[in-house]
Amino acid sequence: MLAKRIIPCLDIKDGMTVKGTNFVNLRQAGDPVALGKAYSAQGADELVYLDITASNEGRKTFTELVGRIAREISIPFTVGGGINELADVDRLLNAGADKVSINSAALRRPDLIDEIVSHFGSQVCVVAIDARETDGDWECYLNGGRVPTGRNLFDWAHEANERGAGEILFTSMNHDGTKNGFANAALRQLSAALTIPLIASGGAGTKQHFLDTFTEGHSDAALAASVFHFGEIPIPELKQYLSDHGVSIRR
Amino acid sequence: MNVAIVKYNAGNIRSVINALERVGITPILTDDPDQLRSADRVIFAGQGEAGTTMAYLRERGLDEVIRNLQNPVLGICIGMQILCRHSEEADTDCLGVFDADVVRFRPQRHEDKVPQMGWNQIADLRSPLFEGLRPEEYVYFVHSYYVPLCEQTIATTDYIQPYSAALHVRNFYATQFHPEKSGDVGERILRNFLQLPQS
Repeated sequence: MLAKRIIPCLDIKDGMTVKGTNFVNLRQAGDPVALGKAYSAQGADELVYLDITASNEGRKTFTELVGRIAREISIPFTVGGGINELADVDRLLNAGADKVSINSAALRRPDLIDEIVSHFGSQVCVVAIDARETDGDWECYLNGGRVPTGRNLFDWAHEANERGAGEILFTSMNHDGTKNGFANAALRQLSAALTIPLIASGGAGTKQHFLDTFTEGHSDAALAASVFHFGEIPIPELKQYLSDHGVSIRR
Repeated sequence: MNVAIVKYNAGNIRSVINALERVGITPILTDDPDQLRSADRVIFAGQGEAGTTMAYLRERGLDEVIRNLQNPVLGICIGMQILCRHSEEADTDCLGVFDADVVRFRPQRHEDKVPQMGWNQIADLRSPLFEGLRPEEYVYFVHSYYVPLCEQTIATTDYIQPYSAALHVRNFYATQFHPEKSGDVGERILRNFLQLPQS
């Protein structure tokens, strides 16, 4: 049976891991390759590395890092951050990434999805969406949650699916950093509307939250950062818990 | 050991090279027929679309070269599908090494997402390729098309319905999943392939 996936997310700035809380206030949390290897050994199913560097120099450092990750880690990993055009995708896939996650660039120019899909296939194209709920309406945001777009979450996710995206990674800005659980009502609605896998992000604080996003949110995978980085939820313990509660999980 | 990886217009060959390097092998990436024929092992891997992949192989005569290889060959993902008779993807006639046709997943329930993406279990293991594995081990799959169960099936898996996770005939082995991305289990499968007796 296909297993639900547990995905630690590592934010990378100038080649080092950091973790943002509510998208600001960065804290240092170690060497990305060592951390990725440790997660892989603990049973993480995939890894996501997000480049939050703005400079060209930082981008070059990130590409080199992707090469090191690909050489040393034997589970799939996705990279994102600063991907604006096909050449960025080509550079990162050539360095050894399995998938790329696109966010603001896809909202600004949705054809980027079609281009990635026709050049490299659906399976490499993860469309990440940051959205915030206000009075029951979910709005997509650009630039790491700083710029509102007026675009509705469900409309945009559906369009990305239609354009050939391989997965949707949805981060609820209302839930991110709160440790109060994932946005399961919205996730459930998204899952019902999509024909492709859905990754839940934002809000993980306890093992129960992961269980809830699989059972109530109908998510195919759950992504989290700080609960893993600071050892609050060890992955083997999480997987044991999920398995004990009847979730199909890789052990 | 001399391991050749078939060079063609597919994505993600790099990850196969990396995986081999992790087990101490430096492979060559080549489309030279003589190098492919003389290698101790040939790996035909990657992600791609059946129609454009076959057109590329035919243009360069690689279709005949691969079909007639006598050394142990491992097809991975699109490599396995191309080694079959026909693929529903772009209605493509393939190499015909395996007596099987490739078809698209047809979701039965809403939760059946296509592509299948993630870790699934392999069972009914019937090959030295899986020596030393526990039953129902998890490996990593990413695909929208699959090979139904057939006489050449050497491992099964289940997504929407049971189908072939791996095939074998003569010197040809193939996996639908990605051993190069399947952690320690995948590494064991690659080592097993490298240790198969020369046919």
